[in-house]
Amino acid sequence: MRIKKTVAALFAASILATAVPAQAETLRLLTWGSYAPDNIIKMFEEKYPDINVEVTFSNNEEMIAKLRATGGAGFDLAQPSHDRIYAAQLEYDIYKPLDLSKIDTSNMSVPLLDGVKANTTIEGEVYAVPHQWGTSGLMADKTKAPEFAGWGDLCDPKYKGKTSMRLKRTILLGTAFAMGEDPFAAYSDLDKYQDILDQVTEKLISCKDNIKAYWKGGDDLSAMMLSGEIVASETWDSTAYKLFGENENIVFIPPETGALAWIDTFALPRKGEADDAAYKWINFVMQPEIVKLMSASTGAIAAVEGGKDLLPDDKKAAVNAAFSDDDIKNLKFFANIPPGVEDMEGKALERIKAATGG
Amino acid sequence: MQKDIRRLSLILLFTPFALWIVLLIILPHIGMVILSLREKVAPRVYEYGLANYIDFINEPIYWNTLLRTGMMSLLVTTLALLIGFPIAYYIAKIAGNRTRGALFLLCLIPLWVSDLIRAFGWILLLRETGVVSSTLVWAGIINQPIEFLYNDVTVVVGLVYTVILFMIVPLVSTLDGMDNSMIEAGYNLGGNGPTVLRRIIIPYAMPGIVAGCIVVFMLTAGSYLTPILLGGKNSSWFTEQIYDQFITRYNWESGAAFGFLLLAFTSIVVWLGLKLSGQTLSTTVAKS
Amino acid sequence: MSGAPSFPVNCVAQHMETTAEYDLECISVSKKFGTVQAVDDVSLTIPKGSFFSILGPSGCGKTTLMRMIAGFEHPNSGDIRIKGKSVVNTPPNKRNVKMVFQHLALFPMMNVFENIAYGLRCGGVPASEIETRVKDVLERIALPDVANREIHQLSGGQKQRIAIARCMVLKPDVLLLDEPLGALDLKLREAMKIELKLLQHQFETTFLYITHDQSEALVMSDNVAVMNSGKFEQIGTPQNLYHDPATAFVAGFVGDTNRWAGKATSSNGSVIKLETDTGRQVSGAARGTGKISQGDKVTAFVRPEHITAEKLDKKSRAQTAAAKNVISGTVESLLFNGANSRVLVRDQSGDLVEAEVVLTGGSQDMKPGDDVTLNWAAQQTMCFVT
Repeated sequence: MRIKKTVAALFAASILATAVPAQAETLRLLTWGSYAPDNIIKMFEEKYPDINVEVTFSNNEEMIAKLRATGGAGFDLAQPSHDRIYAAQLEYDIYKPLDLSKIDTSNMSVPLLDGVKANTTIEGEVYAVPHQWGTSGLMADKTKAPEFAGWGDLCDPKYKGKTSMRLKRTILLGTAFAMGEDPFAAYSDLDKYQDILDQVTEKLISCKDNIKAYWKGGDDLSAMMLSGEIVASETWDSTAYKLFGENENIVFIPPETGALAWIDTFALPRKGEADDAAYKWINFVMQPEIVKLMSASTGAIAAVEGGKDLLPDDKKAAVNAAFSDDDIKNLKFFANIPPGVEDMEGKALERIKAATGG
Repeated sequence: MQKDIRRLSLILLFTPFALWIVLLIILPHIGMVILSLREKVAPRVYEYGLANYIDFINEPIYWNTLLRTGMMSLLVTTLALLIGFPIAYYIAKIAGNRTRGALFLLCLIPLWVSDLIRAFGWILLLRETGVVSSTLVWAGIINQPIEFLYNDVTVVVGLVYTVILFMIVPLVSTLDGMDNSMIEAGYNLGGNGPTVLRRIIIPYAMPGIVAGCIVVFMLTAGSYLTPILLGGKNSSWFTEQIYDQFITRYNWESGAAFGFLLLAFTSIVVWLGLKLSGQTLSTTVAKS
Repeated sequence: MSGAPSFPVNCVAQHMETTAEYDLECISVSKKFGTVQAVDDVSLTIPKGSFFSILGPSGCGKTTLMRMIAGFEHPNSGDIRIKGKSVVNTPPNKRNVKMVFQHLALFPMMNVFENIAYGLRCGGVPASEIETRVKDVLERIALPDVANREIHQLSGGQKQRIAIARCMVLKPDVLLLDEPLGALDLKLREAMKIELKLLQHQFETTFLYITHDQSEALVMSDNVAVMNSGKFEQIGTPQNLYHDPATAFVAGFVGDTNRWAGKATSSNGSVIKLETDTGRQVSGAARGTGKISQGDKVTAFVRPEHITAEKLDKKSRAQTAAAKNVISGTVESLLFNGANSRVLVRDQSGDLVEAEVVLTGGSQDMKPGDDVTLNWAAQQTMCFVT
């Protein structure tokens, strides 16, 4: 008798267990920290009660490494930067093409949308649409380094021991621009690019002495800047805006050769299982009222018409303090990374790190 | 029947261990070996070959970093032994039963928080505007803040702090097993302090010393966060190299090769250490 | 020499002024651990070349005393002299007093040769001399071939001898032995007792032996100090201790005895009559220093070998003399041990009395259930005031 009951209970339980996913879909997001704040997830799940959102926070490199490890399985929506789609797709086949008819692109900023489409089209298929954009550039404490203006100033002996940078590809590109080269144009001619890289490497090795330390994340950069241990640094704009909120003397400085701009996108992993939910999420977060919440969380500007105006007031003030219209026109969008470039850049970074000249 | 049951229970007892070894250690390593032998010729096209290992040999940055990591790890191991031995001796031989527990607990405290928090603790203490520097300025010992962070010394200090418990535990357990009268006999027969230490205590504790050194060396050479976060502009660590290969350069093949080279390198160092000290794995690590 | 012992010790008293003849002297040594007085005002002198034992129950302070002599503990007061020189402020490694530890403390990471050579090396003896001296000492302990063995390859008795050789190779003034036989099995222990005594003769060195086993102390020693609660109860030759104990503790601790508690019913100073707590009348003699007067509480000891047990028949009854104690009882059990056989007799007052008996294996032997009389001389009842 008891056994029968147990069996019945088990049976019922198993039916329930299999029934749940049939009703409620899970949307597994692979995205940046702060790109899926709790309040937005809650609003989304209220609108679509049959969808559960699970979030994994990551960065460009790890996103690709994770998707590569599974051949594009385990997640339903990823948000790599626009320059990280083309080569990764060619090399590892980790994304699937988007069905643009399911995405409401009407309010997306046209130049950004076209730019991302152009960057991520392979064999006529589009693999990504833009979500938010921002820049990498410089920041400085106006009171201590009032004349700070370009990438090269990081190596100015005036600020010896008082500057910092992140030893990643951004600083290679920025330094190349500062030296009067156009690294993105050289992507098509890798020999030429290697030449540029060699010069950049030399420059950054000789600059090592000037640097206090290479920062590794927003936290240590903020601490160094706020404590006054450094007066200027290469930075992400969002970090600079955050610091502006705490100390108005710390401003983001678009380098005179142009801030390097990135666009974080939406892309579907090749073995994603909840495409519909993913499209729903894309359309949901691109609505103006959600964009406002999202930008408040991320500090980045949404890729919609008038995205800057949808920033919260303090961020808007920080952006206005940083950018003139000329600066915006001068933005250098990261170009697609062709296969092989990551290796070249990686070697350059290793040489800089290993050099003991500084 | 009886025999079958015994055999069955043996199999059941052995299975988790075998599964663990095969699924989590042997299989991944085989995978890594295969991966490390692949060379990329073009996008999505691979060939088998030794190119990744040849790359390592041809690029001084790589093997310099590996050697540097090895030397620093040996330094950390030596320091951990020099600092840990007196502590272990005090805990095992001098402290009373009650203080012994408390002292062990004190040694454990660094392990209660994660690597990351521990590193941030050091950063707070040692940065230019940090606790130590400000205190020294306040006390008038130095007149300008000093940056203690971002150099090799800090990395070594941070690593020693992290791993010293793994030195102390095997030392305490071997020294604990040593009869006090052995030390007294050493004095009684005419030995002075250094003689007793050199001829009796250290030879007796050798298995613990070697076990501790092996564990500490492996942990140090394989550590990632502490050297990355505390290290300065020139402090490269081989694990960082591996991470870079895997993650930022998408070069899994050479990352796997590097992983193997690190494993081989540390194994050789440990083997040399065992040979030089005349110990074997079974008398040291397996014992304590 | 202050704080003289509170009991008569002949061998000490005679040579008090010429201290250099003694290998070891302890003068009023005291040691306190917290509130525990481990060693309380203890004095002893050991003449050159003798075998001296300190006998006492565990916790009596004998190990502490020995550790002070070796230098591992520092006395709170008093003086310790070796060959007439005070060593109180000499560190243990500078004292020419070597010690055989309870568990021997041979060094497991060295072989036999290195164990013995250790002390010589510490003393800076040249290598060639070490070689010959180690060889020499190994021959003297009759283990000439073990030099290259590891310690764990030796038997218990061999280890014992190596431990002694390790000390003797250094030609110590005094060799301290801390219950070194405790870990051996009975048979080996008996053999080692004799061997130790022989080794002592052979090396002609002063041995100070610590034990809680009275048979070890009695068999081997020239002199024995009986220690209790941090103090010496008596120092004397083994015979002296056995036949003429100075205190009730010594009488009870050294050798087997029957023991009764009671009260003196009459006393003329040396010969007394007493009534035991179970109501038996016994006559005895006062021993030790305390005088016994009527009404004093008394503990009486009678050694089994002094009690004669006889089967109860009319002939023997007639032989009972007035000077003797006579009681009758029933044999409860026989404790056969060859020449040392004993009989346990339940007397009328319900006490068990142990007496020596000769068991020849013939039909005349006593059997459990036999009625017997026990008699002994009043002089053999050793009485102490309690």
